Amino acid sequence: MSMLRREFLKGTGLAAAGLVASPAILRHTALGQDAPILIGSLHDQSGPIAATGVPIVNSLILAVEEVNAAGGLLGRPLKLVHYDTQSNIQRYTQYAQQLALKDKVLVVHGGITSASREAIRPVFGRYKVPYFYNTLYEGGVCDRNTFNIGTTPAQTVEKLVPYAMSKWGKKAYIIAADYNYGQITAKWMTKYVRDNGGQILSTDFFPLDVTNFGPTISKIQAAKPDIILSALVGGNHTSFYRQWASAGMKSQIPIASTTFGLVNEHTTLDANESDGILAAYGYFEELEDAANKAYVTKLKQRFGADMPYIGEPAAGSYEGFMLWVEGVRKAGKTDREAVTAALESGLSIMGPTGKVVIDRPTHHAVRNAYLAEVRSKKFVVLETYEQQPPSDTAMVCDLVKNPGDNKQYVIEI
Amino acid sequence: MDLGIVLALDVLNGIASLVLLCMGLAIIFGMMKVINLAHGEFLMLGAYATVVSANAGVNIWIAMLVIAPLFVGIVGIVVERCLIRFLYGRLVDTMLATWGLSLLIVGLVTTVFGNTINGVPTPLGGFAIGQYRSSLYTLFLVAMALLLVGSVWAVLRYTRYGLIARATMQNPNMAAAMGLNPTRVYMVTFGIGAAITGLAGGLLAPVSGIVPTMGGAYIAKAFITVVGGGSAILAGTASASALFGTINQIAAFLTTPVFGEVILFISAIVLIRLLPQGISDRYFRRSL
Repeated sequence: MSMLRREFLKGTGLAAAGLVASPAILRHTALGQDAPILIGSLHDQSGPIAATGVPIVNSLILAVEEVNAAGGLLGRPLKLVHYDTQSNIQRYTQYAQQLALKDKVLVVHGGITSASREAIRPVFGRYKVPYFYNTLYEGGVCDRNTFNIGTTPAQTVEKLVPYAMSKWGKKAYIIAADYNYGQITAKWMTKYVRDNGGQILSTDFFPLDVTNFGPTISKIQAAKPDIILSALVGGNHTSFYRQWASAGMKSQIPIASTTFGLVNEHTTLDANESDGILAAYGYFEELEDAANKAYVTKLKQRFGADMPYIGEPAAGSYEGFMLWVEGVRKAGKTDREAVTAALESGLSIMGPTGKVVIDRPTHHAVRNAYLAEVRSKKFVVLETYEQQPPSDTAMVCDLVKNPGDNKQYVIEI
Repeated sequence: MDLGIVLALDVLNGIASLVLLCMGLAIIFGMMKVINLAHGEFLMLGAYATVVSANAGVNIWIAMLVIAPLFVGIVGIVVERCLIRFLYGRLVDTMLATWGLSLLIVGLVTTVFGNTINGVPTPLGGFAIGQYRSSLYTLFLVAMALLLVGSVWAVLRYTRYGLIARATMQNPNMAAAMGLNPTRVYMVTFGIGAAITGLAGGLLAPVSGIVPTMGGAYIAKAFITVVGGGSAILAGTASASALFGTINQIAAFLTTPVFGEVILFISAIVLIRLLPQGISDRYFRRSL
């Protein structure tokens, strides 16, 4: 027994010595040529927004593995430094500081809700870490340190609203989530409805924890709109579609949405609760082209049953990541100024959504947009709009003329 | 006129949901003075029990009316045996312990079922009132709330267990001196409270998006209703639910859902200021 104890002590002693020495060893290799390039990721893996965050991180892991399998970047492997922000804005700022100051990552892909983006964008601006926001959003961010790869209202809402209006009628009722995304998207909806000669009967906002939509459903019936435009967000708001269908209203007033499907509403809800709902995004998992089929197959193989529906945020993050990689390749170094200049040179990649080009003046993406309808728990793509520019943000933002600009412009109605 | 009827239904629906939500919490709080911060998670477990068994092919009515309360009732008894029974009479400690428990349950459910939304379709369907439409399921919820209030009242008033429970609630030491075993009464009561919460979760499952964190959306309302109601389990819960349900629904209809919630919370603050002991201690002093 005493022999065993001695061996045990020796073993733990060695292990402890190894641990004490390890920072020195790590630091030594960090100076070497083959040290990994660190890429930051801030996405919610738990809490209400996790349903969107989980596929994004899976998609980023796949992207990193693909680049590494192809020999890495500038001869160095890539490594993802990921923090779960827990659907909590405070965690976002905390981990953003950590990524910038402690981990010293070269670029950060992150943020899901617009609230989280506005929390971390200034942090990366301050510490000069290039920042990619790859989720669809309400548009208007004008900041040379930030690249917004997701679609904006001019690419999606502008297509969705006239399509729904020509199909169903001119009187619309807007229901939206009560934070910056919903508020600003509702303004864009209002603008596009009016531009097309329509009328907004009412606009209602809902905090993210609202679950009882009974009074709203009565209010909508009293207003008698031709269409409902929905920008409801998250798990609690999914109950709107349920309660709407159970009141028998689904066959009476159709719904077009800028958010339906982002937390897998269409696979959760029953077919008779969701059939016929219209949505427009920069990406649908059901897209038929070969690049997308390969991307979807690889993700499903890599993550198996854990891989939920792949929406625009996941595909957009993959493309945002690949754009940065392409920028580094073109610049030949990882230096921030050099990579930004390379990205601003009209850089493009072919991604799962099609061709994606970085728009120099706005730091947004020129990309394809798609319009689809839910049929038996799947999206059926009805329309494709090739190479749509972010014309909403372009109206107010020109980083060529004002490279020092740094704010989010909000549309005035 | 038609709109008035639809609105009245909305109000009834709001009241019924609150009654279902709060009854389990009120029983546990009224009887044992345990503040169960895991109440929302019990509700979530009931909803998950319904979804899982309905997806496994069980009839939806059996899933929500039998399996959900049974499952959560058993969970409640296990929790009481392993955690709560060591903390009776320590109000703050029960809050801390049940809060920790709620985090644990959310974590466990997330690990098992993931973060995606689950759900079951709403049974029954709609019906028309003039030009307006409403859901039959709303009427069913109202009926269930009435049934629940009726049965809790009947049990407390007419059965031997009800007598024992009321005696233990009034004075546990005296009840023990009369030969009762308060530990057992507490265990059974906690189980019943949890089972009723599970039933509420099951009943709300078809009209909600079910995620592991859904409890958070309900818990604040449940607590203000129970506190606003005061110490009488039935009269308190029923009167506070009626008051807050009406205020919330009417305010949400007349203004927006945001102001609906704001007006609800303001009226709760005013109520607690005017009646610090709750509605029932002022108006229904001797009722159940």
